[in-house]
Formats: sequence, structure tokens, C-alpha cells
Amino acid sequence: MSDFVDIGHLDDIPPEGARVVKTPLGCIAVFRTSEDEVFALDDRCPHKGGPLSNGIQHGRSVTCPLHNWVISLETGQAEGADEGSVATWAVKVEGGRILLDRSRFSRAVAAE
Amino acid sequence: MKRLVVIGAGMASGRMLEHLFEREAGYEVTLFGAEPRGNYNRIMLSPVLSGEKSYDEIVTHDADWYAGNGVTCRFGERVEGVDPDRKVVVTASGETAYDKLVIATGSDPFIIPVPGADLPGVMAYRDLDDVERMQGYAAKGGRAVVIGGGLLGLEAAAGLKARGMDVTVVHLAGHLMERQLDPAAGYLLERELRSRGIEVLTEANTAELRGTDHVEAVLLKDGRIIETDMVCMAVGIRPACALGREAGLAVNRGIVVDDAMVTSDPDVLALGECVEHRGQLFGLVAPLYDQAKVAAATLAGEAAAFDPPQVSTKLKVTGVDLFSAGDFAEGEDREEIVFRDAARGVYKRLVLEEDRIVGVVMYGETADGAWFLDKLRSREDISDGRDTLIFGPNFAGGAPVDPMAAVAALPDDAEICGCNGVSKGTIMAAIAGGAGSLAEVTALTKASTSCGSCAGLTAQVVALGLGDGFVIPAEAGMCGCTDHTHEDVRRLIVADGMKAIPEVMQKLHWKSSGGCAKCRPALNYYLLCAWPEEYADHAQSRFINERVHANIQKDGTYSVVPRMWGGITTPDELRAIADAADKYAVPTVKVTGGQRIDLLGVQKEDLPAIWADLNAAGMVSGHAYAKGLRTVKTCVGTDHCRFGTQDSTGLGIRIEKALWGAWSPHKFKLAVSGCPRNCAEATCKDFGVVCVSEGYQLHVGGAAGMEVKPTQLLCTVATEDEAVEYCAAFYQLYREGARYLDRPWKWIDRVGLDHVKEKVVEDAESREALAARFFHSQTFFQHDPWAERANGKDAHEFMPMADLTRVAAE
Ligand SMILES: Cc1cc2nc3c(=O)[nH]c(=O)nc-3n(C[C@H](O)[C@H](O)[C@H](O)COP(=O)(O)OP(=O)(O)OC[C@H]3O[C@@H](n4cnc5c(N)ncnc54)[C@H](O)[C@@H]3O)c2cc1C
Ligand code: SF4
Ligand code: FES
Repeated sequence: MSDFVDIGHLDDIPPEGARVVKTPLGCIAVFRTSEDEVFALDDRCPHKGGPLSNGIQHGRSVTCPLHNWVISLETGQAEGADEGSVATWAVKVEGGRILLDRSRFSRAVAAE
Repeated sequence: MKRLVVIGAGMASGRMLEHLFEREAGYEVTLFGAEPRGNYNRIMLSPVLSGEKSYDEIVTHDADWYAGNGVTCRFGERVEGVDPDRKVVVTASGETAYDKLVIATGSDPFIIPVPGADLPGVMAYRDLDDVERMQGYAAKGGRAVVIGGGLLGLEAAAGLKARGMDVTVVHLAGHLMERQLDPAAGYLLERELRSRGIEVLTEANTAELRGTDHVEAVLLKDGRIIETDMVCMAVGIRPACALGREAGLAVNRGIVVDDAMVTSDPDVLALGECVEHRGQLFGLVAPLYDQAKVAAATLAGEAAAFDPPQVSTKLKVTGVDLFSAGDFAEGEDREEIVFRDAARGVYKRLVLEEDRIVGVVMYGETADGAWFLDKLRSREDISDGRDTLIFGPNFAGGAPVDPMAAVAALPDDAEICGCNGVSKGTIMAAIAGGAGSLAEVTALTKASTSCGSCAGLTAQVVALGLGDGFVIPAEAGMCGCTDHTHEDVRRLIVADGMKAIPEVMQKLHWKSSGGCAKCRPALNYYLLCAWPEEYADHAQSRFINERVHANIQKDGTYSVVPRMWGGITTPDELRAIADAADKYAVPTVKVTGGQRIDLLGVQKEDLPAIWADLNAAGMVSGHAYAKGLRTVKTCVGTDHCRFGTQDSTGLGIRIEKALWGAWSPHKFKLAVSGCPRNCAEATCKDFGVVCVSEGYQLHVGGAAGMEVKPTQLLCTVATEDEAVEYCAAFYQLYREGARYLDRPWKWIDRVGLDHVKEKVVEDAESREALAARFFHSQTFFQHDPWAERANGKDAHEFMPMADLTRVAAE
């Protein structure tokens, strides 16, 4: 079951930029593309944990700021010759508000 | 040695001399030119006008070449007469005797004899002086009228527009370039020019130019008046054959020559636009280059005959693809095949006569031009493939289009480079003969060394010839998103006045939707360097270090380096740094190699607060993260040292205060040493000053990173003021010329130290202009980014968007 929660307005993120949401499972990076699509990934690069929210975003990919791996925003998979993936989160935009599915971490916390 | 006198230092004579010296025919050459300069590539004047190239780049023969071949150059000296009986040419300074004479005087632009045509502000478009005159007007902005909508007029119009003028083209015929294009293609071209803001008036007949002491307006026959600041006439040319006529040579419309390029006097040859051969005149370079070959052979006593080739034209306006060749006159026995795709703006037309192609026009998509031209020249019977002919060589029942397939399909005698008459076979032969790179092939065959419009095709043929081993050269493109080189992109940004990243990507046909992490930061920098006043920096195209003005470390924390001018600090500053380190629990405090203090391990969220504290103590960002000015390292100099000859610390502080805040293609490090003992290690910096008793030695292009490079000496100057000015000029030349992420030494390797010396040392005007541009740009960039962020700019960077840690736990 999904459990969408409002995390802010689309305009809180600059186009081609990203912001971070803190959760009990660590930081999630929320990206806004130049086409106003929104994607959410764990803010930890599969390579050495680089903060993806700080990378340069292009098209539907982001280049990690530490060693330039390119990660797909859609799938969380590393592109090109690199292998690895990062967890993605369900996210949607309704009436300009960004909604994030928190079911995974609310369950994780509840189970503690 | 026999004496050869050549009149006219133009495209035809330049090429002829090359062929002649290859043969070592034993001539002592005197070359007269009315222009105050030697041979250059005239057809590249349009890119010079628009700003895409500089004059230096189009010079074909330089002083060394003339000297090396023993040519006596008499540039700036017009030949007034020829006396074939006494075998002398006459100039203002006297007579020069010859054994053989070559007349290559080109043509004179035609000025329509309307009232006012002699007013100041009315000019032709023929040589570099005309281009410089036009650039002078463009620098003032304002309006220009170009009379004539042919090849030259349109190139002039596009160039003036690129330089920022409002341009109107006045054209007599019903559509543009009516000699090459049919009305439909003319219309597409007109639409394209209009969309670029160039006004086009067809069926417009000029009656009069008006103005009192300068041209002010153009009056058309139908009464319309167009106000203007300058008028460029590009309505046609006439062979410059007066010298020949007065000397008694046979002259019709041009100086009459036979197949060996000899005039009616056996010791006088003529070639180029001034000649007439079997009743025909020539106005494009391809046939002139053939003439040059023949004339050189004749002079060397070999038999050769000129056979005029079919020529094609391309319009050299960036972004307009137009190809035209052959004959479009209508006739009973002629038919045509037309292809249109209005949405894409593509138009192709073939004119056929007895199942052979006699004319080709292509607009919007010209890649197959060479293939059609080849069929036209060989008079191939096309009746077999007629129904798919218009789709070009790639058509194979809907198979995917492979650009290499088209090239592979070309026969060996297909022409690749029209200007130089280089065929596919010639290139393949060069490769078979051992040429192993694009550069070697072009050097050997001259392919794509003139107007350059065949550069892509040439590279493809070379790729075909070299097989899989050939990587289309690194020069090919900035990154996978574009085929344009860094240099092209920089030039086009300036030439076309592009002021935003999406605009560049759109106009230059970027292949990806949003660029990549390589090209975006480069474009951001190029735009910022070109338009310091107007360009709005694009934070999302900057690497994180520059976006948040601190260095990211391997664990995602940041390091903060305050500026310490010239390495000098105070107890108060040290206290403030120590307090900040305590307050924000900075785990590591380190002295850097550039004499600064680095606070390592700061959390991103804490950055604005720690900056505010350091600002309050009077410190600003040290830009330790920047592709920009970093540190100016100094030694102690005269204040304390026994050896120092000058105040190295004081000069270091001065330079740092002048240069800080500037962005550049890569980091820029400096040092100032007080004497040749060089304690500040100034000779491995991008710019280093070593003080000596007679002044200041300026060193450039050092590095001590992945590559260790000693500097090269730029020059020695006498005063501190000069040291600062030269430094600013050097920095600006680098900022404007280098590829993004090239340190100065790499850039100097590419352009040569001589270029740097010429612009910064030898030419005072150029140095002053560079320094002035630098300081102008500094008025926009010399502000402390930390202060802005501490005051809340881009706060979103530092704060989480939402905190769900507690919400979820409820
Ligand atoms: C702006 C522009 C763009 C062009 N674009 C193209 C193109 O894309 N493709 C193409 O094929 N062609 C193009 N052309 C045409 C091409 O430049 C000419 O066909 C070619 O330059 C002619 O060569 P030439 O040697 O006959 O004459 P020129 O190159 O004109 O040289 C003649 C020289 O002789 C000098 N001279 C004349 N009289 C005297 C005298 N009495 N004493 C001493 N010196 C004298 C002149 O000053 C001149 O420098 C272009 C021309 C211009 C102006
Ligand atoms: S470079 Fe010369 S002036 Fe500077 S500290 Fe060394 S010895 Fe002294
Ligand atoms: S941590 Fe992302 S590329 Fe190395």
C-alpha cells in the first residue's frame, strides 16, 4: 500500500536541480528535470556513497559529484560501463505539490 | 634565373606560385599587390566579417613562405601599366623588368551608378579593407542596407546581422540568389533569413542614395525610402582587365587566354577572374585553381591545358544549408524531379535533360550534393534508378540511413573538395601512400583547406579509407552531445549573440535533450565569459564545488578556505578562524600549499553560517573550489629578506586584489618572488613574477599538478603597474581563448607562445584592450559569493526540503 505525503511545492526545487528529504532510512534526493518531471532516489551513489543531490542533472540522468558515475533517475541504474543501482522512491506531482510515497520507511519504523 | 613578375596577390596567383615552386622552374619572382598585405583566402572574408574567424586564420602565405621561396613582395603597390615591347611593368616608384609576366588582377566590384553612390558610407564587399570598414559601422550598431541578394550580398547581410546591426537586403529579382536557385528554394532561404531578423525586399530597384555628407537613406524606384547608416553594394563584379587592354593584349570581357593560360603576347600569362577563356568568365575558385595548375606548368615549359569544370556553390552562412550546381534554364527537352518537405524546410530539385542531370538545387539537406554533382559531371544516364534518384545514395527500400554508406557509394573520381578539386580517389591514394590521419591527408591533398564546407565529408572519406582504426579526431566535438569543437562553439556564441544554454543547444543542433555534465559547465563558462554584463549564470550547470562555493570531500562534507591576500594574515583573522573551527566542530585545520588555511569537514547545512562568521571578521571566499583565480603565493621580499630586490608581497597582494573573483576555463594560480632565488616557486605557476633588479620577469604556463611544467618567459617589464596590466591581459587572453578545463600551459601548447607574446607583449593596443575587457568583466564578478549565500541567496541548496524523520515515527 502506498502512503503519499506532501513534501513541498514543485517550485521549491529549481529546474535541473535537486533537494534532499530526510527520512529515518537516510536522505532521499528529489530531482526536478527541465521538463518538470520529478524523481526520487536514495541520496547515496552506488559507487562510494556520493551525494547524488549535489550532482549535475541532464535529461533524465544525474552525474555523481564524486567520481562522475552517471545514474538514471528513472531506474536508479548506473549507465554506461558502470554497474550498480540505487533505490528509487515513488513520487508524483499533484496541483504543483510533490508527493512522496513513505510507506516503506513508515513500515520500517513501525516495525522497530 | 629568369625574372617572373606577378601582378595581383590574390587566390589564383597564390595557388599558381605554390605549384610553380614545387616544380623548381628557376624563376626569381616579384609579386605586386594593390592591397597592403599578401595572399589570403578571400572566400573566408564572410566568416571574418561575422566574427567566426580572425584574419590571421585565413592568411594562406605568410612572410616566412615568401622569404623561403625568394619572392620579392611589393604589397601596397599598384601596377599602373605594362609595356610588353620593353618587357617592363610600371608602378609609382618606377619600372620593373620581366622575362615572363602573369596578370592575376581579379575583378572590380560593380557599383551601380545611381546618384549618391560616391557618398561616404557606401562600400563594396571585396577585400579585407571592406570588411574592416563594415565592422567599424557594426561596432556602432545601427542599420545597414545590402544591395544585392546573391551569394555575396547574403553573406554580407548575415555577417552584419551577426555583428548586431539591423539589416535590410534589397534585391532586384523576384527571389534571392536567382542565378542559382529556383523560386521555391529562394523562398525557403528568404523565410530563413527573415526568421533571423534580416529584412528582405525583392523586386526592389535602387533609384538613389541620399545623404548630405554621409549616406542616410536608400530610395527605391517605387518611392520607398529605407533609412540607413551604411550601404554595402554586392551586385556583381567585372573582370579587372584595364592593364591588359592598355598594354594592347587581346581583351573582350576579360583578358583573352588560350588553353595554356597564355595571352595574345607569348610572354604574358593571365589567370583568375580577370580572364576570359573560350568566351567564358569565372567567378568561383575551383576553376581558378585549375588555371593555376596549368599556368604553373606552362611557365615551367610543360604542356598542360585548362578544361573548365562544372562548378557548384554553397552559401557560407552558418546554419543555412544550400547547395547548387549546374544549369536551371527551362527548355522544351528538360524535365525536373522535385522533393519537398515543407515542415522540415527541405527542398530538392533535379533538372534533367535526356536522362542526365544538368542542374541540382538542394536546400535544408545538402549531404548528397557531392553524389549528385558527380552524376552531373560524368553525365551518367540515370534512367534506371530514376524513381528513387531524388532520395540520394542512401535509399535502399527504407533501410536505416548510414552516413558512411553514402560515402562508400561514391566513385573514386567523385569530387570531395570543390575549391581544391580533390576527389575521393586522391584522398584514398594519399591514405594508401601512408597518410595516417586527417591532418596528414588534408596537408597532402589540400582537401577542406579553403572554404571548409567539405570538412565533414573529408573526415568521412578519411574514416572510410583508414577503416576501423580511425577515430574521428578528438577535435571533432566538445562531447557526445555535439560535433562542434570548443573553438567553434565559442566563436558561434559570440558571432550569433547567443545568450543562454538552451539557445546554444537549439541553434547548434545539440544531439541530447539537456546536454551532459561535460558540455553544460563549459557552455555556462563560455557564455559568462562572452557576456559578463548580460548572461544569467546557470547554477545547475555548475559542478557542486562552484555551486556552493566550497570543496566537496570524499565523505560529502565540505572544506572552507578564506582568502588571505598574498598570504598575509593578522592575529584577529587567525582568532576568527580558530573560533569558527571550534563553533562548527571542524575536525581538521590545515595550511594549504598556496599559503592559506583550510577548514575541512564542514557539514553542508552549516556552510552559510560559517561564512557569515568569517565575513564578519573581514574575510572573503578564497575561491579554493573555483575554476577561477585561486591564490597568489608570495615570498617575504624586501620587507624582511636580505636578498629581495622588490616588494614581492605587496605586488602579490595587488595582483590578487585585481584578479580575485574572476572565472576562467580552469583554476589559475600565481606567485611572486622577490629575487631570482624564487622562494615562492613562481616558475611552476600559471602566471609567475620574479622580481629582478631591473624590474619584473613575467613567466607563464607553468603547472605543478598531474603534469609538472616549468614556465616560459613572457617578457620583462619595468614597473609594478605594467606587471599588473600584463597579468590581466594574459589572463583575459586565456579566458577568451582556452577550452574549458584546459590549464594555460595546454592552451599555450595549442596556440603557441608567439601568439601570446604578440597579443600581450608586442601589440600594446591589443594588450590594453584585453586588460580593459578583463576589468570590465570584473565589475560584475568581483563580489564575495559567501556573503551572498550567508544573506540567503540559493538557500534551497543548503536546507533539506522536508524532514520526515519524526513524522514517520509517529
Ligand atoms: C566575400 C567573398 C566571398 C566569396 N566566397 C566564395 C566562395 O564561397 N566560393 C568561391 O568559389 N568563390 C568565392 N568568392 C570568389 C573568389 O574569392 C574569387 O573568385 C577569387 O578570389 C578570385 O581570385 P583571383 O586571384 O582571380 O582574384 P583576387 O583574389 O581578387 O585577387 C586579385 C588581387 O589583385 C590585386 N590587384 C588588382 N589590380 C592590381 C594592380 N593593378 N596592381 C597590383 N595588384 C592588383 C587586387 O588588389 C587583389 O588583391 C568570394 C569572393 C568574395 C569577395
Ligand atoms: S625569493 Fe628572494 S626575496 Fe623572496 S624570500 Fe627568496 S631570497 Fe628572499
Ligand atoms: S561515489 Fe558516485 S561516482 Fe563515486
